[in-house]
Amino acid sequence: METQTLIYLMVGATFSLYIAIAIWTRAGSTSEYYVASKGVHPIANGMATGADWMSAASFISMAGIISFTGYDGSVYLMGWTGGYVLLAMCLAPYLRKFGRYTVPEFVGTRYYSQTARVVAVICVIFISFTYVAGQMRGVGIVFSRYLEIDINMGVIIGMAIVFFYSVLGGMKGITYTQVAQYCVMIFAYMVPAIYISILITGNPIPQFGFGDTVTGTDTSVLDRLNGLGAELGFTSYTDGTKSTIDVFAITMALMVGTAGLPHVIVRFFTTPTVRDARKSAGYALLFIAILYTTAPAVAAFARINLLTNVPGVAYEEAPQWIKTWENAGLIAWQDKNGDGVIQYGAGAPFAGAPQFTNERGANGERLISNAPTEAETELYVDRDIMVLANPEIANLPGWVVALIAAGGLAAALSTAAGLLLVISTSISHDLLKSNFKKDISEKGELLAARVAAGVAVIVAGLFGIYPPAFVAQVVAFAFGLAAASFFPVIVMGIFSKRMNKEGAIAGMAVGLVFTFSYIVFFKFISPELDTAEHWWFGISPEGIGTLGMIFNFIASVAVASVTKAPPEEIQHLIEDIRVPRGAGGAIAH
Amino acid sequence: MSLSKEDAARAYWKENLRLMITLLVIWFVVSFCAGILFVDALNQIQFFGFPLGFWFAQQGAIYGFLVLILIYVLKMNKLDRKYDLHEE
Repeated sequence: METQTLIYLMVGATFSLYIAIAIWTRAGSTSEYYVASKGVHPIANGMATGADWMSAASFISMAGIISFTGYDGSVYLMGWTGGYVLLAMCLAPYLRKFGRYTVPEFVGTRYYSQTARVVAVICVIFISFTYVAGQMRGVGIVFSRYLEIDINMGVIIGMAIVFFYSVLGGMKGITYTQVAQYCVMIFAYMVPAIYISILITGNPIPQFGFGDTVTGTDTSVLDRLNGLGAELGFTSYTDGTKSTIDVFAITMALMVGTAGLPHVIVRFFTTPTVRDARKSAGYALLFIAILYTTAPAVAAFARINLLTNVPGVAYEEAPQWIKTWENAGLIAWQDKNGDGVIQYGAGAPFAGAPQFTNERGANGERLISNAPTEAETELYVDRDIMVLANPEIANLPGWVVALIAAGGLAAALSTAAGLLLVISTSISHDLLKSNFKKDISEKGELLAARVAAGVAVIVAGLFGIYPPAFVAQVVAFAFGLAAASFFPVIVMGIFSKRMNKEGAIAGMAVGLVFTFSYIVFFKFISPELDTAEHWWFGISPEGIGTLGMIFNFIASVAVASVTKAPPEEIQHLIEDIRVPRGAGGAIAH
Repeated sequence: MSLSKEDAARAYWKENLRLMITLLVIWFVVSFCAGILFVDALNQIQFFGFPLGFWFAQQGAIYGFLVLILIYVLKMNKLDRKYDLHEE
């Protein structure tokens, strides 16, 4: 069968599965809609959390980023997994014991303050929209690359699917769809990874192949990479270029930010017991770790492939995948010295992304209008190639290509749905019910949640169709703000009985304002100053959430120590959430 | 155990904190120390074909995190029962 037909079949089959699950698990009450009636088994919750957490960026881009940055890419590997340790030990069991529906609800109740709750809602909405915009774009890109559908049409199809199952099924529908999506994406990721590992090292387990020797030689994969890289003038793959303090700060901000992201936290509200909440965090990390320990291996294999098969090869004899992905616009070659041979080395071949003209050059390559740089390198390679082109590089059959398309869509859709749910519950539960319309009936609240989800889907879709130029710049925002606001407030809400309303609000304000201003200054106001010598302590905007978190802790402790202790009933509440017994009772409130 | 309910809860919390802090110290060691702060020194050591520091940064830290959560879950389940604070 033709690859194109297989892709349609695979994507069609997975979409029908998601819709069937949505109909089967539709929500009938607010408890089902917000937290799936707190009846989700820890293994199912672990898979759902994995799918919720791993976005199009994890699935498509992460291996590519590591492939091009080597050791520096480790910040994502450690940063996006280490947060689960914090979640399991510092947040999940206690928030589950607290037993409500949303993160702002915890903040508002623990700090006996409607103001704190509203500040939290604004943060939730801002963080989640930032994130969801990228997901919708990701859906559109996968559609356009694989199904030959216009990006905008792809976004609309994606919107329709997400609309259907998040509006209908709420948390319950999303949870079980995410379980299915996890299975699709992990299978899609592992199959090509195993093939390419066998191809390069003869070892079928990518995590072990990563440390093995390259087939037919006695050199290890990493030595080979360092050697090939050195010949071409790249920095050593295992060393990296970022300063230690920056790597430290970025890793910390990503870890703490992960533990503070509302759409991740809320997943731990759905388990039946406190024990299950702890277990869920373990399963979630296990399911995430399968992909996250494979990604750096894929990155290394793909890089060996690129560095062995491409530099110094005449364009006409270059592997077929070069031409395929050049046609897709992800590879560009500019024959600067006119010798017909592909030169590849450190630096950028030309400024910016390739601007293709509609003409072909002397060797049959697509011509581009970008001005060349001084560097000798002639090849532009989009980092997403490292995952997308793997099946072709390894000469895998058409169904594997189809699998990657379905996996990329699963990754983007599952994350988008989780984010949209958080937005809709914040609006219906934390804004509407707790502020404006306290006497709203359960039916009314459920309807409001569905309407809010519907509106949020449309807004997210518009972001996908008309991507604001700043989307790529603001990912640092989501993590930085979560690290500087939610994490300290929630942790102190559990571990300190002395922390009061004044302290929490002061801490959140200081953390948010500092982090927000730092990122806005370097990303938008003076991007030309965005270099290490201008950063505070050498910490880039990506890592500044770490400093924001520290300021939050200092400010809140200082303010709390000079204001009066929280009321008696709050102290009892804290004692109560610290022990697991009685979690069942907390549902009825 | 003849502890009053409040005493049990207090003792439980103390043990919980001790366990949590111990595990978080290990969390910091396997990621921030081994993978970042002392990565260059550890890279001098070869470990199954990897420079050791690099292995921690791209593989070992993640395995470490998994083991930490596993230990936490098992120990806490025991602790819940020891102080009779587990869920019915």
